[in-house]
Amino acid sequence: MTTARDPTIPPPRRLKPWNAVERGLAKVGISGRMLVLAAPVLWLLVFFLIPLAVVFGISLSTKQFGRPPYSPLLTTEEGTVQLTLHLNNYIRLFTDNLYIAAYLSSIRIAFISTVITLFVGYPMAYAIARAPDRWRNILLMLVILPFFTSFLLRVYALTGFMRGNGVINQFLGLFGLEPLVMMQTDFAVYVGIVYTYLPFMILPLYTTLVKLDVSLFEASADLGARPLRTFLSVTLPLSLPGIIAGSMLVFIPAIGEYVIPSLLGGPETLMIGRVLWDEFFTAANWPRAAAVAVAMLLAVVIPIMLLQRAQSAVVER
Amino acid sequence: MRRGWFLPIAAALGFSFLYAPIVSLVIFSFNESRLVTVWSGFSTKWYGELFRDPQMLNAAWLSLQIGAVSATIALVLGTLAAVALVRFRRFRGRTLFSGMVSAPLVMPDVITGLSLLLLFVAMEGFLGWPQGRGMLTIILAHSTFCTAYVCVVVQSRLGDFDRSLEEAAMDLGASPLRTFFDITLPIIAPALVSGWLLGFTLSLDDLVIASFVSGPGSSTLPMVIFSKVRLGVSPDVNALATIIIGLVATGVLIATIIQLRSKPKKAKV
Repeated sequence: MTTARDPTIPPPRRLKPWNAVERGLAKVGISGRMLVLAAPVLWLLVFFLIPLAVVFGISLSTKQFGRPPYSPLLTTEEGTVQLTLHLNNYIRLFTDNLYIAAYLSSIRIAFISTVITLFVGYPMAYAIARAPDRWRNILLMLVILPFFTSFLLRVYALTGFMRGNGVINQFLGLFGLEPLVMMQTDFAVYVGIVYTYLPFMILPLYTTLVKLDVSLFEASADLGARPLRTFLSVTLPLSLPGIIAGSMLVFIPAIGEYVIPSLLGGPETLMIGRVLWDEFFTAANWPRAAAVAVAMLLAVVIPIMLLQRAQSAVVER
Repeated sequence: MRRGWFLPIAAALGFSFLYAPIVSLVIFSFNESRLVTVWSGFSTKWYGELFRDPQMLNAAWLSLQIGAVSATIALVLGTLAAVALVRFRRFRGRTLFSGMVSAPLVMPDVITGLSLLLLFVAMEGFLGWPQGRGMLTIILAHSTFCTAYVCVVVQSRLGDFDRSLEEAAMDLGASPLRTFFDITLPIIAPALVSGWLLGFTLSLDDLVIASFVSGPGSSTLPMVIFSKVRLGVSPDVNALATIIIGLVATGVLIATIIQLRSKPKKAKV
């Protein structure tokens, strides 16, 4: 940042210690920018980018007994370096139905839960946005509070609610109704995702809804539109950015979810995060788990990143 | 606009859905019986049990330490990254850098955990560091994903403050570094506090990543809770949950009150 300075005004008195440090660094050829960037860049290279490369590398090896439990990619034999790559993990991914079924079922479960979360969250966000001023902050706080409470404990709270002799079934019992089997079903997984991710849906929806101009609704009503019609043709289209943002915040983490399907789902609830976990912890097949991770990354994260990029490009325009 | 009955009822149902399981969890933590769902009288014995359980106490202490250290590392790294992204318009590798900073936000936990574990194992093979896995590796892993969250929080604060204050300081002869510490830092301080708290909470809450990168003898609180819950209901987990919910609720309540008080009264439009 350089501003033209009147040469007749003496240069301002600079404060010494910082300047000395900066001058010293500049002599070695280090600019302030480089210093700011150095730490985060190095950290993320070592603990984010390189690990992904390592996962890819190990996905091309094969399980063996020993420490570490996978075959080395590079071996030296009589002075020549040999690179051995195994594709069997990937071949297995495409030939064993388990993996494909797990992918499809993760996407299905995440999608259904996202839709339910939207239907539960939208009226709540709308009600908060339209609430009187002094209520609004309290209601918002009530939405944020569970978000800061442990995720794991909230899932646990649901198990107490839905189990065979849980609160819901005891309540049904009061009316002489048969107890429902809720735990260890896909239904419980939907409830779990909706329950834990609801704040992520409500907050972005609220932010777009609260900014909407009330006069638009009045105009629509004055022109004779019924409330439902006003909602469908004015409110809903205008709140689309919030709907997209909220749905992504629920859908993305739901796909890779491990805790919810393993505590609430049954043994037949297939989700890809759970498959990866079992491959690693139960089968102790590190290369296979790595291959599942690579495939998951390609199938789930890359489309999302492209989508986000497209979205930010639209926003900038 | 005429207010219908639909919205208030939908909101009330939604809020009861959010809170009913938590309330029942809290109520049953005071239950005499081991059966978590059958009420048999008021008792605080599960709280006593909780504080006599060395496994639980050690795990809680470990988690608190990991959370504090990781949040602090993430605060420094995330703030630097946010300054770079907001203030440096163009530099080589900017796209890659911003991608690396925000990618942990969308990365499934299982992938983050597995990739870091494989890195640590490979590093130990090549460099002999880090030796084994435990608190150190969990801290490294948590700092990495918390950095992304801190960066988002600080970025939004840096984005919407008056640059002319910084320019004035520089025009008066302050070096960029001094400007940062004297002007920028005090202005973004609230974002730093919330960034740190967010990192601390996320670290305390993480089960999946910690399970991958921890070693024998270093079980964090969520890992202990998970193994207990997996085996079935345990009333001491209810007691623990009640304590955590109480602490969090108090914290959020205080933060909200402070925020509301410090906010200048907005002019009514």
